[in-house]
Amino acid sequence: MNRSSLPGIVYSLPGIAWLSFFFLIPYIIIIIYSFLTPGIYGGVTLPFSLESYTRMLTSPGYWELLWQTVWISVMATVICLGLSLPVAYYIATSKRKNLLLTLVVIPFWTNFLVRIFAWMLVLGRTGLVNSFLLWTGLIEQPLQLMYRPATVIVVIVYMYLPYMILPLYSSIEKFDFTLLEAGMDLGANRNEAILKVLIPSIKGGIIAGVILVFIPALGSYAIPDLVGGTEGAMLGNLIAKQLTVARNWPSSSAISMIFLLISTLGLLVYLRMNAIQARVRRFRVREDYMKEQEQ
Amino acid sequence: MKDYSVKLSGVTKVFEDEFTAVDKVFLSIEQGEFFSLLGPSGCGKTTILRMIAGFEEPTSGVIFLNGRDISKTPPHKREVNTIFQNYALFPHLTVFENIAFSLRLRKKAEREVKNEVGKMVELSRLFGQENKYPHQLSGGQKQRVAIARALVNKPSVLLLDEPLAALDAKLRQHMLVELDNIHDEVGITFIYVTHDQNEAMSISDHLAVMNEGKIVQKGDPIEVYESPRNAFVANFIGETNFFVGEVAKTEGEYLLLRTTAFGDIWCYMDREVAEGTRIEVSLRPEKVKISKSRPRGDHKLRLNILEGTVDETIYLGNHTKYTVQTRESYMKSFKQHARYLLDEEIIEWKDRVYLWWFADDSYLLQETGGARSDEQK
Repeated sequence: MNRSSLPGIVYSLPGIAWLSFFFLIPYIIIIIYSFLTPGIYGGVTLPFSLESYTRMLTSPGYWELLWQTVWISVMATVICLGLSLPVAYYIATSKRKNLLLTLVVIPFWTNFLVRIFAWMLVLGRTGLVNSFLLWTGLIEQPLQLMYRPATVIVVIVYMYLPYMILPLYSSIEKFDFTLLEAGMDLGANRNEAILKVLIPSIKGGIIAGVILVFIPALGSYAIPDLVGGTEGAMLGNLIAKQLTVARNWPSSSAISMIFLLISTLGLLVYLRMNAIQARVRRFRVREDYMKEQEQ
Repeated sequence: MKDYSVKLSGVTKVFEDEFTAVDKVFLSIEQGEFFSLLGPSGCGKTTILRMIAGFEEPTSGVIFLNGRDISKTPPHKREVNTIFQNYALFPHLTVFENIAFSLRLRKKAEREVKNEVGKMVELSRLFGQENKYPHQLSGGQKQRVAIARALVNKPSVLLLDEPLAALDAKLRQHMLVELDNIHDEVGITFIYVTHDQNEAMSISDHLAVMNEGKIVQKGDPIEVYESPRNAFVANFIGETNFFVGEVAKTEGEYLLLRTTAFGDIWCYMDREVAEGTRIEVSLRPEKVKISKSRPRGDHKLRLNILEGTVDETIYLGNHTKYTVQTRESYMKSFKQHARYLLDEEIIEWKDRVYLWWFADDSYLLQETGGARSDEQK
């Protein structure tokens, strides 16, 4: 056995144990529950059945909610990315990096739920925005800003923005800016240079940021629960409702499973696509060159 | 008017922190020549290059490219390409894609792109490397890709910012020859920035020596080496001995220089100097002969002879560098070894020796200040 590999395994054992105990085992329980029959007062009983899945997949309400969940998460991720790129670029090129990074992280010092409630004070019927607009005379009736899908998107963007900014920052910070100059030297204007040189070079950071925002957004529960209402509900709310109100444990487990499936599949497809694309590109260049040589 | 490729007219660059990197520089670079900007780090040579490329805008003055004022033209619209010090190859693109970058930006037909890139691959001898990524290449190969990428556009001027600095000595020599060949082949103007005097001397048609934002001397390599304008140039380009003193008397074409460190020295008067003037004289060490026996004095040849003790010898195979202590000062002498082990006398550390040279071998510096005749140690 390789001498240096032994300590590595030993040191990582506590982490692996922690993950298997608190992540893997509960997940296995959820998988098993999703194939069982609901108990009368909650909980689960035998026999095994596929009923939770068939019921879920045949209900139009479920598909609508799934679509809305994906749509909200995609929108939130795209907006996060659009907002974060300039911010990360600015921080990475600034002389006061540490101060600005601290400012990005400061919201984490306040409790997650408290910050969602704060948005209710801002967007509510008598909230800051409405009061201001009424005061200026732009509107006569308060606007319905709460309990809409857009509200959920706004708050998700707010919550997860730092998760996008930080990986982008760290990859832009490592970026060699003479590459931008090289791009401009070779005939690209500033925007083309950013698009063709900077963005591809920080692809790793972008992927990390997208994963860090999209996956938690998909699983949002507290945000749509507090600011989304019925119109802005997401799958997370349905899972909770099945568990607490309907007391149908297998059903909520089945929804969770579909959820896990989407996230994992999306991730796999993305990684796979990348690898295939790179291969195809390399291969094409080679083929072209060989053809030319034969001429 | 002459056909200048690049012309700088009173170009000054003052950075935000009030640092004057380039100070009223006038420079005319001819079409198709290999021009070097030579100087120590921080002398402003790279700033000049960046201004020609368009990455910096001059604070004042005008830059012309082929007779057109380009001072305010953005970099992507200048017919100038740069080879960066660290090559700045795009890490996410293959060698082929790196070279094709500018062609594809211009939306050239893919057929044409292949054709042009193929030519560059041939010129820079990159066969078989087209699908590799920059991190898979050696230093010399990266250098070649950078050259190919910069030349594929057919720029009218190629700027090279210390392109060999990252290579080891042997490879540097090799790439230097290759650069020279490529220059001959493409025939465009090359502007080469370096702090290495050997590189600049061996490859340039003309060169400019810079110090503290100013151009100290321009000329071809022989001119700059043989007749340095002042002590800075003499010292920067090669090694040298300095004599600082007063002109005691003049006799025909020669003058007698009275120095405190070396006594009286005969020098050829390549320009008119009055008796009593304080001047500086440079004498290249390879012109100083060294021997154990005293050479026969000859007043007609104005032979200068100094006696001293060998303080240091650096044997370099084909020649040896000697530092000799004479009176209270030091002098350098380089001796070529044509017949070292046969009949040449071996001079060793602590030997008593004579240093001698002809008055014609020294050169009066045009500007005084900066030279110290006893600085050799």
